[in-house]
Amino acid sequence: MTLTPDEWQALLLSAKVASCATLICLPAGIALAWLLVRRDFPGKLLVDALVQLPMVLPPVVPGYLLLLLLGTQGPVGGWLQAQFGIVLAFTWKGAVLASAVMAFPLMVQPVRLAFRMIDRRLEHAASTLGATPWRVFLSVTLPLALPGIIAGAMLCFSRSLGEFGATMAFVGNIPGETRTLPLAIYSYTHLPDGEAAALRLTLLSIALAFAALIASHLITRRTERLLGQLEPRGRDAGA
Amino acid sequence: MLALDVVLSRGNFTLHAKATIGPGVTGICGPSGAGKSTLLSLIAGLLKPQRGSLHFGDDCLVDVDRGRFVPPWQRHFGLVFQDGQLFPHLSVRDNLLYGWKQLAPEARRFTLDQVAALLEIDGLLGRRPLQLSGGERQRVALGRALLYSPRLLLLDEPLSSLDERLKQQILPFLKRIKTETGVPMIYVSHSRAEVDYLADRVLTVDAGRLSE
Repeated sequence: MTLTPDEWQALLLSAKVASCATLICLPAGIALAWLLVRRDFPGKLLVDALVQLPMVLPPVVPGYLLLLLLGTQGPVGGWLQAQFGIVLAFTWKGAVLASAVMAFPLMVQPVRLAFRMIDRRLEHAASTLGATPWRVFLSVTLPLALPGIIAGAMLCFSRSLGEFGATMAFVGNIPGETRTLPLAIYSYTHLPDGEAAALRLTLLSIALAFAALIASHLITRRTERLLGQLEPRGRDAGA
Repeated sequence: MLALDVVLSRGNFTLHAKATIGPGVTGICGPSGAGKSTLLSLIAGLLKPQRGSLHFGDDCLVDVDRGRFVPPWQRHFGLVFQDGQLFPHLSVRDNLLYGWKQLAPEARRFTLDQVAALLEIDGLLGRRPLQLSGGERQRVALGRALLYSPRLLLLDEPLSSLDERLKQQILPFLKRIKTETGVPMIYVSHSRAEVDYLADRVLTVDAGRLSE
């Protein structure tokens, strides 16, 4: 299966957008998940609901809100452009933001679960051995949550690859700038002779999604084994 | 050495503890749910009392009236839990060295080799906690606390998850720690026999009250 230059462009753009969105979601998701599990603060319920909201809204709604807020005419978008010359609407950076917003709940959820599963007494043990809270977090909490963090990152990446509605509403469908794989497929289905290309990209999308899910599964298993949360392989067989 | 006079309430349970604890091994006995573990958590700094004060020598660790509370990571006490609480993602060696690495080199009283030999765990250093037996796990937990060169070693029922045979194996190690290192210890157990074997003096906790 060979791809045309336009199809390659869509594929590479998708990979770029999804990678950047995942890199943004990763630290933000870890921080928020930790706050939601370990701290009580006013408005916690509201923050929790707000993070989950993109999962249950039609994707075009967050996309349109982003456009209203961050478009060049929007209050934040106008200010960003005037102060820093940053334009998000109808650029690939905007596509990253749209993907990040939509994929964020998928990042937060597994990380949150992973934090919740950690035995607090291990953290207590670390603190009685002289470790400051920050050190406890880096040397005990974070490594023990790693399987959940990897699962979250993989889900976030896959969701970003598939982002369509919010991207379309916020940054449009501009070849080479914001036309990611799903948008390219959509465009090809509207061209009289685009069926073969649409089919190629569809198969490619399925293959990518499959690969990401299987990789996520394998990496998570491997990490769990390394962390000693699963019996080592030899013992599995013996038991 | 350790002077405490504290009140802590949690739900409908209240712990009153007033005592002066000297060097050597102090046993703390009492039935389950009497507040023994709560008392150790207070001394370690994992719990904050509502009233009172806690001093170690001249060092004021807690004084509620003056708003003073030294967090656990600055108290320099070792705490050994009932079930060891070894870090599952680290090897035995890295578990042992966890607290040791937090110390300035001149504050390190023991080396890995010394402690491993004392507790006979030299052969286990490359293993993961999951690959250890219950008795081995508790010895590693003891070693980890010891390598942190604590000013005071707090032992919270360190043998209660082990069967009788293993208890008899580990008790001599505890005695060795006592005689060979001289680290003061507070040993909490519901078993009077264990406490009598190790301790120089015994306090009792009953229904949230500590008495001599």
